Order: sequence, then C-alpha cells, then structure tokens
Amino acid sequence: MIYHLGKYILLMLQVFRKPEKGKVFRKQLFIEFQNLGVDSIGIVAIISVFMGAVVAIQTAYNIDSPLIPLTMVGFTTRQSIILEFSPTIISLILAGKVGSRIASEIGTMRVTEQIDALEIMGINPANYLILPKITAAMLINPIIIILSMGFGLFGGWLVSIVTNLFTSQTYIEGLQSWFDGYSVFYALIKTVFFAFIITSVSGYQGYDTKGGALEVGRASTKAVVWSSILIILFNLILTQLLLS
Amino acid sequence: MIEAKNISKFFGDNRVLKDVSVEFDRGKTNLIIGQSGSGKTVLMKCLVGLFEVDKGQVIFDDRNFSEMSFNKRKIIRKEIGMLFQGGALFDSLTVEENVIFPLSIFTKQTIDEKRERANFCLKRVNLKNVNNLYPSELSGGMKKRVAIARAIAMNPKYLFCDEPNSGLDPITSGVIDDLIKEITEEYQITTIINTHDMNSVIKIGDKIAFIHDGELWWKGTKHEVLKTSNKELNDFIFATELTKKLIPK
Ligand SMILES: Nc1ncnc2c1ncn2[C@@H]1O[C@H](COP(=O)(O)OP(=O)(O)O)[C@@H](O)[C@H]1O
Ligand SMILES: [Mg+2]
Repeated sequence: MIYHLGKYILLMLQVFRKPEKGKVFRKQLFIEFQNLGVDSIGIVAIISVFMGAVVAIQTAYNIDSPLIPLTMVGFTTRQSIILEFSPTIISLILAGKVGSRIASEIGTMRVTEQIDALEIMGINPANYLILPKITAAMLINPIIIILSMGFGLFGGWLVSIVTNLFTSQTYIEGLQSWFDGYSVFYALIKTVFFAFIITSVSGYQGYDTKGGALEVGRASTKAVVWSSILIILFNLILTQLLLS
Repeated sequence: MIEAKNISKFFGDNRVLKDVSVEFDRGKTNLIIGQSGSGKTVLMKCLVGLFEVDKGQVIFDDRNFSEMSFNKRKIIRKEIGMLFQGGALFDSLTVEENVIFPLSIFTKQTIDEKRERANFCLKRVNLKNVNNLYPSELSGGMKKRVAIARAIAMNPKYLFCDEPNSGLDPITSGVIDDLIKEITEEYQITTIINTHDMNSVIKIGDKIAFIHDGELWWKGTKHEVLKTSNKELNDFIFATELTKKLIPK
C-alpha cells in the first residue's frame, strides 16, 4: 500500500513535466477530449434522465402530508442531482468507463513494449501518455457533469408530463426555489478532483503493468476498483471541507 | 562500435547478467545468442538504457553512455534504431504515421519531407500500399518490416533487433534476416541482433556472442560456431534434428 503510494507519487513527478513539444501535446489533448469526453456523453445522458425521473417519482410518492407542498419535488430533485448524483455517481460511472479504458490502453502499450519504444526515442512516456489524459478529463468532466445535471432535471420534468403525480408548473417552480449557486460550484470542484483521481490512478495501474494480456485485464479491474474507492473517500472529505 | 564492459544487472536479488564484456562492430551483424531466459533481452535493454546497469559501462564509439544524463543520452538515442520482439508498433497510428513518428520527435522537417522519408523507408523494406493501414491489419512479417522501417527512419548508426524472427515462418525469417544484413552493410550500421534461430546464426552471424545463464560463455563467428568444443554451446546449436545433421564428423 505505502509502496504503491510511493510509486504513484514518483510516477506523477514524471507526468507533471513541461511537455517537450507543445504541438504534440495539443494534438494528444484533442484526441483525449474525444476519447474521454465526447464518447461518454451518450451513457451519461441516459443514466441522468432515468435517475432524475426516479428521484422525482420517489419524492412525490413520499410526500403524503398535505402540509408539504408539491413544489418540494422539484426542489429535492434539483438538490440531489446537483449535490450528489451528478458529480459523484456520474464520476463513479466514468471511473468504470474511462478508468478501464485508460488502464488497458496504457497496460497494453507496456506489455507490447510500445512504452519502451517511446522511451528509446528519448520521450518521457509517462508525460507523453498520461498528462494529456489527466488534463483532458479535468477540463471536460465539468462540462459532462453540467450536461448531466441538465439531463437529470429534464428527467424529473418528464415525469410531470407522463404521470399526474405533480404538474409541470409545480415542478419548475420547485426547481427555482431557494437556489444557491455555491452548490454548483461545490459540485464542480468535486468533479475536477474526481477527474484527477480517475485518470491518474488508472494511468498508474496501466503504466505499472507487468506480464501479458491477463495482467492488462487485472490492471484495468484494479484501476476501476481503486478509483471508485478513492472517489467515495474523497467525496466524504471534500463534502466536509466545502460544506462546513 | 559498441562496447559493453563488465555489465552486471540484478532484479532484486536475482542476478540476471554477470560481468558481461563484449564488443559489437560497425557494418556487421553482431549476434547475441542463447536459450530463452538466458538474459539476451535484458542485455540489449541495458545497452540502450531501457534498464540501468548495476555495474559496468556501455560505450558507443568512445562515448560513455552509462555516465550520461538523460538529456545527453538523447544525442545518442537519435542515432539508435530498435526493433522490438513484437514490433511494438503504435496501435493507434497508421503504418505511415508510425514511421513518421521518430521524425516528428527528433527533427523539424515539414510533413512533406517526413512523408517522403517514410515512403522511402517503407519501400526499402519492400512494403507498398500499406501506408494507411493500422498495425492490427498487418501480418506478422509485415509488422516486422514496418518496425524495421520505423527503426531506420532516422538513419541510425546503431540498430538493435530483439528476436526479429520470432513468430515468423522460415521463409519470412530468411527475408527479414537478409533485409537487416543488407541495410547494415549499405549504411554501415553497428547492428546487434538477439536470436535463438540457428538459421540466422549460420547465415548472418558475422560475430556471435553466446550467453548462458547471464554469462558470456563463448565468442566467435559463424565459421567457428559449428566447430566449437564448448559443451553448452554445442548443446544449444545441435539441439534440433536439423542442426544435428551439421555436426562435423
Ligand atoms: N523486468 C524484469 N524484472 C524482473 N526480472 C526480469 C525482468 N526482465 C527479465 N527478467 C528476468 O531476467 C531473465 C532473463 O530474461 P530475458 O533477458 O528476457 O531472456 P531472453 O534471453 O529470453 O531474452 C529471466 O529470468 C527473467 O525472468
Ligand atoms: Mg528475449
């Protein structure tokens, strides 16, 4: 554990160097925007719409006292989506999707000696391979999460159209009540942090692969497990720090 | 010329190379032979600096590589081409982009100049109409050729080949051996080849170093290798039914 932490830190020191050729870095960065960002939007949209709908339905069913106005549905849906669901749950989904992709890509490059081939050309492979991924995710994940929030709220609204649990008007009224911009800020801070965890931990697992195809699979599993655990852990820590 | 002087390499407590000293000549195909697991790849990776040696020195034409900093080594790295065992082509790049890659890293050439050079190298290894294919779309022999093209793109002074024939049929192996030999002589490259293929040993073994269990066991040429009295080397070269027929009477 301590051993891996040490090796992880040493790797990050290699990663965070100035890229030798700005042009090459920018090219890699745009490829990663596509791979890590754009390719994830579909799954994020589907999950967000459904989760927003479920939160809205459950809230509506649980309001049985006439003292609680139905505008609470919109309010609660908004709060849960912005505070927890979009930044944390979607980051966990991305840890699965993006993390396994990064670890298997880099792991395969390691066991097929592509990383050695880079090194022999005088390239710092850690910097060349991992820095664009970390940078791309930290920039694009906030956008994905904002989209996810939009889709989630839209999911809740769909419920008002399809069912008669509450009306579209009360839902929207609820969405607009007691809005605090800080909660979005808090969500995005978490997102950026989680993006770093996912890409750097998965990059480490891939880079550290030894052996063959079996170990690449193992690295990819470890990447998902470790990123998820760390996301959960830092979610608690960041929530304490940012909301207290 | 490349000289390895008293190289030792450990992995933990496991001493994989023991005091290996050997020279490799310019314009010749220098072979490192030995059983699987004897330490050939580790020796080669020590020579090019992918592994740091624990003891000893590697000298490229009077330049002490082992004592250089990462940045100083880059000058020599520019002069090294390496052919990895599996080819190590970049999966996400096309054949042409793979060959262009070192040129983009080391030179300031325009894209047209780089393309021209890449096409020249691909032609040199007898590949046509594959520029836009991805490595996964190539046969084993073609991958090796692309890897050779990439290795010679920078006009290297030193060429390292780790088991260039592994996984290839005998005919394709022969073609690859011939190609490496031709290129070596044409451009006067110092070429080092790891192999356990006896056909290569007899055909292109200008200079041969036999590694046994991490130690340099025997040195010689293809003319001497069949007449040796060294027991381990004999066991190695006459291990197959085919080579047994070569045992001098
Ligand atoms: N990265 C490594 N870490 C630990 N041991 C290694 C490593 N690379 C090679 N070895 C060990 O070194 C020995 C020689 O391996 P190698 O040079 O690959 O043999 P070969 O002659 O087949 O190329 C083997 O016993 C192998 O287990
Ligand atoms: Mg080997």
